Amino acid sequence: MKPAPFRYADPDTLDEALAVLSAEGEGAKVLAGGQSLLPLLSMRLAAPTTLVDINRVPGLDTVEVTGDGVTVGALVRHNQLLGGHRDAMAAARVQPLLARATANVAHPAIRNRGTTVGSIAHADPSGEMTAVLALTGGSVTVASPAGVQTVEWRDFFVGPLETSVHGAEVVTSAFFPALPPRSGTAFAEVARRKGDYAVCGAGVVVTLDQDRRVERIRASYLSVGLTPEVHDLTDAVVGKPVDSADWAAAGALARTLVDPDADIHASADYRRLLVAVLTERTLASAAAEAAARATVE
Amino acid sequence: MTTVDTERTVTVTVNGVPRETTVPVRRLLSDALRHDLGLTGTHVGCEHGVCGSCTVLVDGDPVRSCLMLAVQVEGRSVTTVEGLARDDHRGGQVLHPVQEAFRECHALQCGFCTPGFLMTIAAGLDKRDPAAELTEEEVDDMVGGNLCRCTGYANITKAVHSAAAAMRDAR
Repeated sequence: MKPAPFRYADPDTLDEALAVLSAEGEGAKVLAGGQSLLPLLSMRLAAPTTLVDINRVPGLDTVEVTGDGVTVGALVRHNQLLGGHRDAMAAARVQPLLARATANVAHPAIRNRGTTVGSIAHADPSGEMTAVLALTGGSVTVASPAGVQTVEWRDFFVGPLETSVHGAEVVTSAFFPALPPRSGTAFAEVARRKGDYAVCGAGVVVTLDQDRRVERIRASYLSVGLTPEVHDLTDAVVGKPVDSADWAAAGALARTLVDPDADIHASADYRRLLVAVLTERTLASAAAEAAARATVE
Repeated sequence: MTTVDTERTVTVTVNGVPRETTVPVRRLLSDALRHDLGLTGTHVGCEHGVCGSCTVLVDGDPVRSCLMLAVQVEGRSVTTVEGLARDDHRGGQVLHPVQEAFRECHALQCGFCTPGFLMTIAAGLDKRDPAAELTEEEVDDMVGGNLCRCTGYANITKAVHSAAAAMRDAR
């Protein structure tokens, strides 16, 4: 199908974008990469009265990397955080989960256009970047005519495809805190076709203590639950040496913590099984990375 | 001052030719190419970004033309499958190595998905170092976003390897 009729503006500045959003009222929607929004329009699942295209707003396409973390501007395309890109390499040194998760986002043609921040603002519980924002304990910056505020991920994700952003507000960037010392990450998905929405996906962060024993484990899952959540799996293997920790026990614990829904792709039980399997798999890989980093650090 | 419009005139370079068309702002790029500019080589399958048939190049990068609005290519350069072959300067055209390889390897049957595959693969191969070994993973990544429901992918991946080899030899 085709999108229902709407009005369109492509302002040159953030202030003008906010002014148009104010003037057009609640029915207006921000357009960035459009790779999630346009399908919703074409399927008539959404029918905004006005699209405010922010692609011409300057200064939103940068990736800023400091020792504290990575700030990704609202017009940074997925591909900018992937592979050999200069921004991707700088970001990976501080927070390797970004590139790891982005490699699972859709297909090259979609990654050329889709944005990391747009994906977060879309708030799809199947989205990779929503899970990464949660897992890293990140936040977003929201601009409104009243000023700029930082919103923690927990307050931002309200429900499936729903965030705390309303009316004349634009998410201008997302902040992913740096990976702590002696830590490793991993990300994996099960999908029907590489690049499709995951039937289930998992991202994990393992932190070791000075003696290379497990200190902390956090995990976040895709296509499980209505909003991104972070689960603490530390109890299953706390204090165990990294080389002999029972990752399957952590997987078993994860299985009891999640509450997935059934849909046409998978039953809830199958998703629970995938949570256990993906947890075990990603933890082994993340722990090996944590051990390697602990040695170097 | 920002205007809020329901219709716009779009100026865009398509396959090297400057074009201008006035469209409702809700017009998808795929429909503008086909209906307004008469370039029906770009095929429209699912119209929500899943099948990849409508893939075109915008400033050299492959994108789904059903997931962009026509008004968003204002001032930019679009390449469709009609623009993939090059002039041979003798009044004819030379196919892109990927087009040649599709013909040689029987990588199409009904042809509906072919324009999307050609644009995605051509962009993928044109961007890489032709001397580097082409891995199966690279090939899978290149074709994985496009759906073909009749030949299967064996001959398509064969064509990608064949085109890559031709581009390496032609260096």
